[in-house]
Amino acid sequence: MLDTADFSSRLSEIIAAHQLQEGPLLPILHDVQAEWGHIPEPAIPAIAQALNLGRAEVHGVVTFYHDFRATPAGTTVIKVCAAEACQAQGGRDLVQATLRAFGLRDYGTTLDGKVTVEPIYCLGLCACGPAALVGDRLIGRATAQSLKDAAQ
Amino acid sequence: MKIYVPRDAAARALGADQVAEAVLVEASRRGMTIELVRNGSRGMVFLEPLVEVETAQGRTSFGPMTPADVPALFDAPDTHPKAQGPVQLIPWFARQTRLTFARVGLIDPLSLGDYKANGGLAGLRRALEMSSDERMDEVKVSGLRGRGGAGFPTGIKWDTVRLAQADQKYIVCNADEGDSGTFADRMLMEGDPFTLIEGMAIAGLTTGATRGYVYIRSEYPDAIHQMTEAIRIARLNGLLGPSLLGTGPAFDMEVRVGAGAYVCGEETSLLNSLEGKRGTVRAKPPLPALQGLFGKPTVVNNVISLATVPWIFANGAQLYRDFGLGRSRGTIPLQIAGNVRFGGLFETDFGMSLGEIVNEVGGGTASGRPVKAVQVGGPLGAYFPASKFATPFGYEEFDGQGGLIGHAGIVIFDDSVDMLAQARFAMEFCAVESCGKCTPCRIGAVRGVETIDRIAQGDAAAMPLLVDLCDTMRDGSLCALGGFTPYPVMSALTHFPDDFARMKEAAE
Ligand SMILES: Cc1cc2nc3c(=O)[nH]c(=O)nc-3n(C[C@H](O)[C@H](O)[C@H](O)COP(=O)(O)O)c2cc1C
Ligand code: SF4
Ligand code: FES
Ligand code: FES
Repeated sequence: MLDTADFSSRLSEIIAAHQLQEGPLLPILHDVQAEWGHIPEPAIPAIAQALNLGRAEVHGVVTFYHDFRATPAGTTVIKVCAAEACQAQGGRDLVQATLRAFGLRDYGTTLDGKVTVEPIYCLGLCACGPAALVGDRLIGRATAQSLKDAAQ
Repeated sequence: MKIYVPRDAAARALGADQVAEAVLVEASRRGMTIELVRNGSRGMVFLEPLVEVETAQGRTSFGPMTPADVPALFDAPDTHPKAQGPVQLIPWFARQTRLTFARVGLIDPLSLGDYKANGGLAGLRRALEMSSDERMDEVKVSGLRGRGGAGFPTGIKWDTVRLAQADQKYIVCNADEGDSGTFADRMLMEGDPFTLIEGMAIAGLTTGATRGYVYIRSEYPDAIHQMTEAIRIARLNGLLGPSLLGTGPAFDMEVRVGAGAYVCGEETSLLNSLEGKRGTVRAKPPLPALQGLFGKPTVVNNVISLATVPWIFANGAQLYRDFGLGRSRGTIPLQIAGNVRFGGLFETDFGMSLGEIVNEVGGGTASGRPVKAVQVGGPLGAYFPASKFATPFGYEEFDGQGGLIGHAGIVIFDDSVDMLAQARFAMEFCAVESCGKCTPCRIGAVRGVETIDRIAQGDAAAMPLLVDLCDTMRDGSLCALGGFTPYPVMSALTHFPDDFARMKEAAE
């Protein structure tokens, strides 16, 4: 899937765009993930070299943050709020109903790779919960059905 | 005709974009030219999407709107079923003291013209005319304390940075807002981003810092968008750059995006994250004020702390100080959330009782069932039973009741909540989000989940273990993630013992 020549040149562009900033690593990782949907393994040594860091150090940063993925997610990512204010509004049931609606036992990706369901801890929509994010669409007072519709 | 449809994330989550679209379609169908403004939220989430129409007769509101309600806006606004009247007359809005949030929802968030026409930049202009000592006194006299949770006096923090000698100093705005039940930072950044820019500029001017960062959590794409745009516009207009407003010293800033780690709201973890490192917590001392970002003197302040500074400079520290209760001066943007009828952002003087907030402002639960518990101050805050509803909202007052106000998130639960499950969640959250630096938090939280599971299975002997574990976490953790997780756990256990005993009986 990753054409090597394209990959390296795009990666160099991303690195170059941030290299002169103070603390460029997170902005670079965000752009890498936006480009490829995850942090491809070969990106790590290249970033490490460009920023004069150890590979282990870059790897350590990638694994520390929940946002960065080692493998691509499903085509549509549904993040259901699992935090307290949404729990108070039926959030626990929404999580279960959403998993069921996509035939999942636990958080993860459907077999056909179409949908990933994950928890998120607060979207700042705590007065209109339970809340969720489907792709880049925010949904308040969500139901499993409204999330399913939004994922279509 | 000017029509306001909020582009606040909560309004959008409730369909504001579809309503805005319907407004444009309807106007063009009628061949009318209208001006559509995407404003911030007025804070009344229960009325979102709250549309406002401005005509020669004034500005009046309609909500909660759906696209189907739009045509009637044009036909018969006076008899519209969703008519709410002028916003400033809606009782929920009218009883507030909106200082920090005065412009949020009122103006076009990205119009510098609107901003100036509504009092914007008056604070910075006055600050530019003052001496360094006068500026410092202004912040100290106001009594402003950190709104991020710890309540540390902002003036003292700034003075430490001001007096430090260094070739570079920084202003870092903590916009990580990870606490469940909170959204004040988000609403402010989406609805009036120039206020935060102005506050950071005054902070830079006062302390001698020339660079600023706003660290915004990745869960807030709308806030990231609005802040980034506002900074670009501010720079274009000479508000930011080599000389503040063309007369002051240099100050510039940029947005940085978090990556889904709750602990990065802790200030030293945030600094590590900004530097591109793992977000582990740093031991203090050294204080960030002396050795912060890249080892340089750094102010780290919450969004609301910084965004309140322009009001203080524009209107005077004494006036701000006149609001409040005890050592909690000024106003606090309460965020009323969870199972509540009238939820949203309510800015008021310190001192309102918790019961008044929950029952009178919030109107009780949305489900109509009795309130059982109220968690105040986010995932590290205590659960309050109704018997503590007389507690006035203030730093010391909540501390005295075994709780904390934190970032002023108030999450209401009805009587269907299982407090053992809430205690378990608090431990689980701590385990998931622990930065891993110290054992009581990293290991203790995992043990905590296991211990609560034993209690749930009827093992009464696990009860004292949980209490011990909480003591260990409270006393031995480096930061408040491990150190304060005992608040929700112990308050649940203390105030709602039945929820911990129920399972035992079932097992016997
Ligand atoms: C685990 C943890 C999370 C925190 N999260 C935030 C946060 O999201 N926003 C915030 O302003 N402060 C947060 N704080 C408090 C900060 O460490 C710090 O006290 C604050 O940013 C200082 O700003 P203030 O004085 O203006 O409140 C957190 C603290 C801890 C221990
Ligand atoms: S208490 Fe937890 S989050 Fe805080 S420093 Fe220790 S391990 Fe890290
Ligand atoms: S707790 Fe779910 S959006 Fe805040
Ligand atoms: S190791 Fe378990 S609490 Fe200290």
